[in-house]
Order: sequence, then C-alpha cells, then structure tokens
Amino acid sequence: MFANFDFDVIRRSLSYLFIDGMTFTLTLTALAALGGLIFGTLIALMRLSGLALLGRIAGLYVDFMRSLPLVLVIFWFYFLVPYIGQWLTGASRPIHVGAFASSLVTFIMFEAAYFSEIMRAGIQSISKGQPAAAQALGLTYSQTMRYVVLPQAFRNMLPVLLTQTIVLFQDTSLVYVLSIPDFLGAASKVAQRDGRLVEMYLFAALVYFTISCFASFGVRRLEARIAIVR
Amino acid sequence: MNYHWNWHIFFEPDPSGAGTYLDMLLAGLLLTIETALFAWVIALVLGSIVGVLRTLPSKAASWFGFAYVEFFRNMPLLVQLFLWFFVLPEILPRAWGLWLKQLPHAAFYTAGIGVGLFMSARVAEQLRAGIGSLPRGQKMAATALGLTTAQVYAYVLLPMAFRIILPPLTSEFLSTIKNTAVAITIGLMELTGEARSMQEFSFQVFEAFTAATVMYLMINVVVVTFMRLLERAAAIPGYIAGK
Repeated sequence: MFANFDFDVIRRSLSYLFIDGMTFTLTLTALAALGGLIFGTLIALMRLSGLALLGRIAGLYVDFMRSLPLVLVIFWFYFLVPYIGQWLTGASRPIHVGAFASSLVTFIMFEAAYFSEIMRAGIQSISKGQPAAAQALGLTYSQTMRYVVLPQAFRNMLPVLLTQTIVLFQDTSLVYVLSIPDFLGAASKVAQRDGRLVEMYLFAALVYFTISCFASFGVRRLEARIAIVR
Repeated sequence: MNYHWNWHIFFEPDPSGAGTYLDMLLAGLLLTIETALFAWVIALVLGSIVGVLRTLPSKAASWFGFAYVEFFRNMPLLVQLFLWFFVLPEILPRAWGLWLKQLPHAAFYTAGIGVGLFMSARVAEQLRAGIGSLPRGQKMAATALGLTTAQVYAYVLLPMAFRIILPPLTSEFLSTIKNTAVAITIGLMELTGEARSMQEFSFQVFEAFTAATVMYLMINVVVVTFMRLLERAAAIPGYIAGK
C-alpha cells in the first residue's frame, strides 16, 4: 500500500509546514490558553462572588458558549470582530482584522468558558478556612485571592488546565474552515496543490498524534509529581 | 453599526427555489440530529465494549483498550474525519476504494462513524471511571455467588456503572451533537453548514448565524431537560444523587 507513496512531498514542504503552519498553531494555542485562563479565572471569580447579578451573567456566558459548536463560534467571531473593532475604535467602517487576530479572539472567548469551569472547581476545592484565615489576617478580597486562594487553585488544577490546553491545541485545527494556514491548513494546501492528500493527511495525523501523546504523557508525570499528599 | 438587518430573509426563497431559507436551516437541523444520533449509537456501543475491556483483569484486553482510547483521543476530530473521508478509500484495495467513493451520502456516513469513533474513546473513559468508582466488594460478592465474569458485568457492575455515569454521559452526548458541526469540512450540510451557505447566498451573516445559534440552544435545552428526568429516574438510592 505504500508502493506509490511520494514521501518526498513531505520532505519538500517541511519548512512550510513547520515554520509557517506549526508556528501559527503553537502561537495560537499558547496565547489562547493564556488569555482563556485569565478571562476564565475572572469569570469563575464572578460566579463565586456572591453577587447575584454578576454570577448570573457569568453563568449565562459559560452555558451559552458551551452549547455552541466551536465551528459556529469561529464563523461568528470571524464576521463579528470587524464590527466590534469598528465600535471600539469609532471608525466609520468595519475594520479589517487579520486571520490570526480573529482566531485568537475566538479561541480566547471560547476557551474562557471551559477554563472558567476548571478554575471554579479549583477554587471550590479549597477549604473555607483558608480565605477565612486570610481575612482574619487583614488581607483584602483581592489580596486573599491573589496570594492565598488562586495560587492553590491553580496548582491543584494544573493537570486539568494542561489537558484542556492539549484539547485546545487539537481544536485550533478547526481554523481550517476559514482557510487559514495553520499546521493542518498548510498540509491541506500542499495536499491539494500536489494532489497528495493521502501522504499529507497521514503525516499531519502522525504529527498531531505524536505531540498530543507526548504532552499527555508529560501531564500524567506532572500530575504524579505535584500531587499534594494530605 | 452600518449592517443592514433583514429578519424577513428567512421567508424568502432559497437559491434552490425549492423552499425558503428557513426550510434550508430546518433541513440542516434535522441532519444534525440524525448524524448525532447515528454517531451516539456507535459511541455508546464501542465505548461500552472498550470501557469494559479496560477494566478486565487480562493484560492484553486492558492494553488494547488503552491503545484504542489514546489513538482516538490524540488526534483532532477534523484530522480523523479527513483520514476516513480522503485517505481510507485510497489505501484500501482499488475495488473497495471505488465502492466507498461512489457510496451515496458518503459525508453522512463518514461523519457519523468518524464522530462516533472519536466520542467512543470518551465514553470508554467515563465507563471505566464509573466501574472503577464501585466498591470492590460488589465484584467480589458477585464472584463469591458463583457468577462468571460476563455475568458479573451484565448483572452487577454495568447496571450500577451506567446509572452512576449518566450525568457525564449527558455532556458527552451534547459534545457529540456539537462535534457534528466539524463535518462541514467534508461537505455535510448540517446546521452550521446550512447557516454558512445561507450567509454566502443571502449576505445576511448575522441573521443566519443567530438562527443556527438559537437552534443549537434549543437542542441543548431539550436534551438537558430529558436527561435530567432520566437521571432522576435512574438515580441510585443511597447515593448523594439518589433519593
């Protein structure tokens, strides 16, 4: 079955695949994970703030985002971001937003919903005595969160956050629907140009598989190492 | 915003002339539901088998289960669909490949099977966790009563495990529905695909996507409501979720 395989097409396109495609994929994954974590933590804090209105808004946002397919959300933001930009900058026409900026906004807003649920579970897993002790020491709400609660929640949830980041890494391949040359998009461009779908898609699958396997293996190792013995 | 809203667009004829844009979206909704149900059956059946394999004492069985789960979990769904849709017909013997390519509704079957296999790995993990959460004594007591391994699973472990994992299975089912949207990339005209094509033909971007969004939200509400009833009926007395 490998008789009429053209392995050379992979070798010829390696630099395009990795220098252009994979850089896009990894940068998008890293920035979206960071942004999603920051917004997700804020959403989790809103939900746990005890203020009914803030909690409701955050809850609605999370439920809303989690009900929609990522592909639909990608389309939404692709068309919406230029209008949001126009509104923010007060320009007279919808502004031009590049492929990278548009997908970054999409993934941050989408992943924030998922990261917020993880952070919420992390914050809730901390015993009540901790914030109570912090307040007894005279720390303000923001100090309690920054120095006592969030560092522990983050540490407890680190394996889950990283696992979600691996899912995010795989999900970034969906920017394909906007014809953006991420790793899969680049592979697909070469595949269609040279009529080598089999080689390119098998190679792409192998690369995603290897990276995700190593990453989840690393997460499992980390989980065993940082587990707090109670 | 200088966007031209036109909510009447849904009642205007679609480009095929056969119906309105609303009919187009409803056809997409139907296809989303059909694909999701097809995929869910595959995910449940294969996921249950693999989930059980992972808990068996046999080293070979649990290793196979592990490999199966890792294989389907570590590749993006989109790449998996491409493998089934573009690559599989090429690497099969020529006659089989031709047959596959000429199959009517190829995108539907590929999407159903592809999403089904992808989700089966997740169902397997949930079931493994469910079986693992049962007290050891259950399996021991069943064995002591003289039940064979197959009987232990059929009469003792699985009925309990499935009732315990019903809530996470609800979210896996919701993920299955959402994941069918990825099949837009292999040309399946499900709800997201129809919304996208309505946007391309009518230029009413936000109306099209709003309608699709509302439909997805409705599916979610229906599934969640139904599953809550089922969960309440199936809750095990004596557990926190039970009565």
